[in-house]
Order: sequence, then structure tokens, then C-alpha cells
Amino acid sequence: MSTTTSHAATTALDVARIRQNFPALHQQVHGKPLAYLDNAASAQTPVQVIDAIRGFYERDRANVHRGVHELSQRATHSYEQARVKVQRFLNAAQLEEIIYVRGATEGINLVASSWGQANIKAGDEILVSAMEHHSNIVPWQMLCERTGAKLRVIPMNQQGELLLDEYAALLSERVKLVAINHVSNALGTINPVKQMIAQAHAVGAVTMIDGAQAAPHVKVDVCDLDADFYVFSGHKVYGPTGIGVLYGKRALLEAMAPYQGGGDMIAYVSFEKTTYNELPYKFEAGTPNIADAIGLGAAVDYALSVGMDNIAAYEAELLDYATEQVSAIDGIRLIGTAKHKASVLSFLIGDVHAHDAGTILDREGIAVRAGHHCAQPVMDFFSIPATTRASFAFYNTREEVDALCRGIVKVKELFG
Amino acid sequence: MSELRDLYQELIIDHSKKPRNFREMEDANHEADGFNPLCGDKLHLYMKVDDEGIIRDVSFKGSGCAISTSSASIMTSMLKNQSLDQARSMFEMFHHMVTRPEEELDPAHAGIGLGKMAVFAGVNEFPARVKCATLAWHTMKNAIEDAHEPAKTE
Repeated sequence: MSTTTSHAATTALDVARIRQNFPALHQQVHGKPLAYLDNAASAQTPVQVIDAIRGFYERDRANVHRGVHELSQRATHSYEQARVKVQRFLNAAQLEEIIYVRGATEGINLVASSWGQANIKAGDEILVSAMEHHSNIVPWQMLCERTGAKLRVIPMNQQGELLLDEYAALLSERVKLVAINHVSNALGTINPVKQMIAQAHAVGAVTMIDGAQAAPHVKVDVCDLDADFYVFSGHKVYGPTGIGVLYGKRALLEAMAPYQGGGDMIAYVSFEKTTYNELPYKFEAGTPNIADAIGLGAAVDYALSVGMDNIAAYEAELLDYATEQVSAIDGIRLIGTAKHKASVLSFLIGDVHAHDAGTILDREGIAVRAGHHCAQPVMDFFSIPATTRASFAFYNTREEVDALCRGIVKVKELFG
Repeated sequence: MSELRDLYQELIIDHSKKPRNFREMEDANHEADGFNPLCGDKLHLYMKVDDEGIIRDVSFKGSGCAISTSSASIMTSMLKNQSLDQARSMFEMFHHMVTRPEEELDPAHAGIGLGKMAVFAGVNEFPARVKCATLAWHTMKNAIEDAHEPAKTE
């Protein structure tokens, strides 16, 4: 196999130094050095994020937006500063357009519930793509069941690229919403969302972009994309679990009813009538996830300090290398061979089931995802039950790719 | 590699590649589905039980990993001509073997009375895979109890 040993990346990243920021990477699993290649499921967290969370708990722990005391003011300041950092990360025009949620899934459900209930009626159409994660299918199916609207699917080809002619043909005045992912979690395809958003707008449709797999790997600029709604999850951008972001254009968010009622989302409450708070607090009922919002702020700052262009360039090189090395092994079938891809290498090893491959790779210290990746329609499209998926981050190395290849050879030996 | 060989023994690999009794059965009088939605493993089990409560024929269809496929294959080959009571006690033995904590492992008695089932003893060391090994057995239990819900072990 590979004779490659050590590589200085041609891009500007000092990966050895970056790896020092990620404590979880430096451990042995089953007696082997860990190769963490399951970043599309959840990425690792740098010390900068862990320190930010620890700082909140050790110094500033208090509720936000309530107390006149010093700790509450510090907590509020950090919580709101994190929002500024997220605004910068997405290049959102206004701070009020950044809503904290639990993750991409909750952001989509918020829009399906609040915007969907008011704007979707029987006979309307909602377009999703053939490569969506379940979280960008099921909330819209539920909305269709409630309203009598129809869910239609933008098809893809065998490489895992959306058929843009078919998309254009599906667009009509009946289409009220187009919900697509920016990057596919199962296939790694980078979809041409800017162009697709413009086409949707041309027929008056609103767009929801699931950026869960894009935000960690490519520069996201919601203004340039002209996205109406954009969601991502903190734990995939090197931040904590349990926090994510819904971006929405101000005019849309202003017109939407609150998603949940409670404290913080009100301006004035009486038993006769409640006046809702202004954006973004209208959508943040109850005590929010303060610590993890602060951690998310530190995470996006960290990513920006490394540089999204640097991350994208390094990962593109690493993915090219992995694609070349893995596909050189006899009996490998790659699933997802789009021209534009990010971070994901999904494959089959002969007729070995992905769960067996996953177990064997785990014993070699290699963490991958084995399964349908919460994208069963994608598996059905390729007539397969599951794939083994290696997904990369900017702290992964060619040596880890080589370890993956050696692991795949072991899988083949065992099932020989 | 040795631990992996404990899990993926030759017999398991063989049954996963060439599953026995892998066919539909038109005159089955007990059937059940097994489905682990997170894994995607699914199987349909067919049984023909006579008036005396003896399993005259048993077969399955479905798809899954090597552990779940070979478990179903080996199970079907062992159940033929057993009584329903024997099938229930084999279920208990199998279940105990793959789920018991390590401190309860008694090498002196390991494998006794288990027959070919004993090849799954290694699953014990792989907690994430216990659900794969037990799916067929839970499905069998549902089939003889005529349960309507699919069996799940996740």
C-alpha cells in the first residue's frame, strides 16, 4: 500500500500544533493510537472551548438577562458576545438574526412549526433533496401531514449529485419552501446552494439550508448565499453538544410566532395578554444553555482563527489522498463520488457489512461511523443497507488515513 | 487480532457467507419480524410447529451484519425437531451467555449444552454487538408467542 510516511502539508496549517489543542486525540484505544475519523457525527473539542466553559462555571456562573449583580452581568455579556462571534462566523447582517437552539434539528423543527404552520397550506409543495438527513425530511413530512401540503424530492445521480434540471422542473409557484443540505452527511457532496436558493426565490419559495456538515468545513456566508434560514450544530464545529444556531432573515423571524412560551421570551405578561419579547429572545424561552453558547462562541472563534479557507484547503487535500488510497484497495466501492465534496469518504468493503467493518476498525483504534447515517433514503437509492464512513477534520493526518487503509486490509483478511 | 478472532470465528464467518435455512416458507404457522432500526438489521422468521409442539421446520429471510446473519443461521439449524420448551430454554441460555458480566464467566461450564451457539460467547466482549447476536433469538421468541410487534434488541 502507501509508502508515504510523513507529510508537510502544502497549505498553511501547522497540524501538529493544532493537534496539541485537542486533548481527546492523544489516547490509545484497544492499545492502538486513536485515529478519530468520525467527525461528521461529532467533532472533537479544543482546549480553548473547554477553557471557556470552565471559565463560566468557575467565575461567571449565574443566569442571564435577569440579575443586577456582577456575575449575572458577566454571564450575560459572555453569552451575548458569543452571539456576536456566531454572527461573524456566518456573516449575518444583524445580531438579532442569530437564534440559539439545541442543534440543527431543533432549528429545523422551529421553522417547520412556527413558520410552517403560518405559511403552508393544503396544495402547497415543499421540496427536499434525495440526500437529506432525516432531520431535514421528517419535520417537513410532519408539517405536510398537518397541513395537506405535498413533499417532493429533488433527485440525484449515481455520483450523489443533485439533478439541477429536475430541480428547475420541480420549481413552480406551488413550491413554498426548499429545504436542502449544504453538504451531505452520508455522501459528502457540496451542493450548489447559492444557485439553488436563487432559483427558489425566483418562484417565491423560502429556503432552509441545513448547514450541519458545511459549517465545520467550508466558509459560510449567509448574506452571499441569500439563505432565508440556515442551521448548524455546535458539536460538529468543535464546540459543545446541546447547542446550535438558527439563522433567519429578520423580516421572516419578525413575522413568526414564538416556538415555545416561557420566561425570557416575553416583554409583558398578564393573564389577559402577553406581549412577546423582541428578536432574538422571542425564540429563546426559559433559561438558555448559557455555558454551551459561550463554548460555541469560543469554537467558532477557534475555527476562524485557523481560517475557514485554510481548513477547507487542507481537508480537500486530505480527502483527495484518502480517496486515492482507499479506492486503490481491491474490492472497495465508494458511495458518493461527486465532483465537489467535503470531508466524507463513505464506502463498502466487498460484501462485508459495515457494522462488522466498524467493529474491526475500532479494535485497530480507528473510529468511523458504520450504518445508514440517518439518511435511509440515500441507502435505499444505492440499494445498500449501510456504509462505513470515514469523515475528516483539519486535525486529521495522512498517517491516520494510512492506518485506516491498514485496518481495511485487516477487515478483508478476516473475512477473506 | 485474537480478540477479533474470538468474535469472528470461522463458523460465524461461514454461516454469514452461506446462511443455512435462508428461504421463505409458505406453510409456516408461526412468523415474526425482527428489526433494529438504528443498525438497519432486519429479518423475517418462519416456523412450522406441529400439534405436539415440536418445531418441524424453521427458516429466515433478511439482511444484516455477519453476527446477526450467522446467529439466525445457526439458531435455525439448531431449532429443528426441538420442542417449544426446549427453544425457550435455548433462548435463555443464549441470552445469558452473551449478556452476562465477565465476573460470572465460568470457564468450567462455558459452552456446555450450548452446542454451536457457543461460538457466540466472544460477543460478550463486544457490548455494541450483543444486539446483533440476540436479534434472531428475540424474533424466534416473538414467533412462538405470536407477538404482533417486531422484535427489537437496540
